[in-house]
Amino acid sequence: MSNLAISVTNLTKVYGERAAVSSANFEVPLGTICGFVGPNGAGKTTTIRMLLGLIAPTSGTGTVLGHSINEPEKFLPYVGAMIEGPAFYPALSGAENLRVLASLGGFPQERVMELLELVGLGDRAKSKFKTYSLGMKQRLGIAAALLPNPRLLILDEPTNGLDPSGIHEVRELMKRLAAQGTSVFVSSHLLSEIEMIAEYLVMLRNGKVIFSGKTESLLEAQQPIIIAKPEYAVDMPKLVAIAQQSGHTASIVDDELHVLSPAEWSATFNRLAFEAGITLANLATVRPSLEETFFELTTESGAN
Amino acid sequence: MLRVIYAEARKLRRPTLALSTTAIVAGLSVLFTSLVYLRINSGHNTRRGEFVSAAQLSQATGIGYGFKLVAAFLGLVALCIFASQTAQEYTYGTLRNLLVRQPARMKILAGKCIAMVVFAIFMVTVTAIITIAASYLLAPGAKVSTNLWATSAGLSYLGHTFFNVLLSTIGFGLFGMILGLLFRSPITAISVGVLWNLILENILSAALSGSAKWLPGQNISNIGEGGTIDLSYTRSLLMSALYLAIGFAIVASLFKKRDVAN
Repeated sequence: MSNLAISVTNLTKVYGERAAVSSANFEVPLGTICGFVGPNGAGKTTTIRMLLGLIAPTSGTGTVLGHSINEPEKFLPYVGAMIEGPAFYPALSGAENLRVLASLGGFPQERVMELLELVGLGDRAKSKFKTYSLGMKQRLGIAAALLPNPRLLILDEPTNGLDPSGIHEVRELMKRLAAQGTSVFVSSHLLSEIEMIAEYLVMLRNGKVIFSGKTESLLEAQQPIIIAKPEYAVDMPKLVAIAQQSGHTASIVDDELHVLSPAEWSATFNRLAFEAGITLANLATVRPSLEETFFELTTESGAN
Repeated sequence: MLRVIYAEARKLRRPTLALSTTAIVAGLSVLFTSLVYLRINSGHNTRRGEFVSAAQLSQATGIGYGFKLVAAFLGLVALCIFASQTAQEYTYGTLRNLLVRQPARMKILAGKCIAMVVFAIFMVTVTAIITIAASYLLAPGAKVSTNLWATSAGLSYLGHTFFNVLLSTIGFGLFGMILGLLFRSPITAISVGVLWNLILENILSAALSGSAKWLPGQNISNIGEGGTIDLSYTRSLLMSALYLAIGFAIVASLFKKRDVAN
C-alpha cells in the first residue's frame, strides 16, 4: 500500500486558453498535515476539485489514498472534504443537513450529533442553516467533512469567518486528527496558522507548484536576518558601513539594522562593532516567517 | 441507490416544502371541486365551455370529475418542484457535497428522480382523497346522487383517472427536472417550463392546426385527460415517452460529463 495520501504528476487543467493548473507535481505523505498555499487564483481550488473527482483534469495523473483520481468511488468513502466554503440547504437545520449527507454516504446517523457537539454547534443543531453566522456555517462544513471518519481530510480555507478562538479550535482539531493518523490537506490564507501546524507544504503560483516538501526545509533555506541595534543611535551609520564592507546587504528598519547574512556571521559582526567602539544594545538572528517567504516566492520579482 | 433516494426524501419531506405543497394541492382541490358543485346547472360552471349537469355528475364517472379538473394544475406544481429541487443543487453549491459522498453521478440522478416520483404519488393521492371527499360533501346540496360512484364502474373509472393523472403529473415533473438540469437555475427552469406549457404551446396549438399532437406539454396533459378525440391516449403516451427519453439522454450526458466548478 502506498504511503502517500496524495500524489499528482503533471496535473493540468486548462479552461479555454488559460491554464488554471499547469503540470503540477507534488506528494503528501500519509498521517501529516500539509498546507496548500498560494495567492488567490493560483489554482488551489481547481487542484482540490480535480483530487475529488468534481472536475476532470485536462492531462496528467494523480492518486488519492493510492487510488487514481479517475476512480473517485474507490477513495471518497475515506475522504472528508470541505471545498470553497460550506454549502448546505438553507431551509434545513444543521443536523438535518448532516443527516442528508450521512444518508447519502451510508454513515451512522449517531455521528451527526457527536460531530455537531465536537464543532460547538450542539445547541444550534435544530436551527435552520440560513440563520447561521459565517463562523457557524464554517463549523458545519468541518463537521460534514468529518462524517466519514476520514483517513484524509481536505479542507479549503476552513478558518474563514472564524473568530480567534474558533481558529484555535480548528487548529487543535487538525493536530488531534493528524496525531490519530488522519492526513490533513488544508488550504489557507492564514500563513501563520499553516506555519504552526503544517509539517509539509505545497505552494502554488499561477497554477504552477513552486515548492513542495517539508515546511522546515523551505524556511531553513531562506537567508536569515541579523538584527542589531547600537546603544547610541549616532553609531548607526558606522554599523551600516561595517556590514556593507563585509559584503552583506544592510538596511535600517525602525531604528534597527537588518543584515542579510549567515547566522554564523553575527559573532563576527559583534566583534567588529566592539572593535569600532560601538556597543550593541540588541543583537539577534531571525529566520523569515512563512508569510515573508511566501511573499518572496509568490511575487513576480521574488519568484523570478 | 437507496441511500440517494433516502437522502433526497429527507429534503423533500421538510415542512416548508411538504406542508406548503400539501396546502397548495388541498386548496386547489377544494376550490375546483367547490366551484363545480356551487355553479352546477348554471351553464357557466365548467372548463372550456363544456356543460355539466347534476345528472352527469350523478353517473359513475362523477366521482372523479373534480379530481380530473385539478390534474392540469398538479402537473404545473410537479414541474416547479422537480425543476427547483434539481436546479437548486447548483445554485446552493450543494451538488459538490452530493458528488463527494456519491461520485456515481447517474445514481444521484436516478435516486433524485425516484424520490421525486414518490413525492408526486403522494401529491396526487392527497388531491384524489380531498377532491373525492369534497365531492361527497357537496353532492347532496347540489342534488347530485352518489349512488353510482362507489360501484365497480365508478371505482374502475376512478382507478384509471388516478393512474392517468399520476402519469401526467410525473411527466410534467420529469419535464421540469430536465429543464432544471439544463438551466441549472430554479428561476430560469421554472420560468421556461411555465411559459412554454401555459403560453407558447397554447398559442402554437391555436395558431397551427394539428400542431398540438406534436407538442410535449399538450401530449403530457392529454395523458391526464385519458385521451381526446383529436389526440389519442396511446399517441400521447408514446410521444411523451419519446420527448422525455430524448430530453433525459441529453441532460444525463451533460450531468455526467460536466465539470462541477462551483
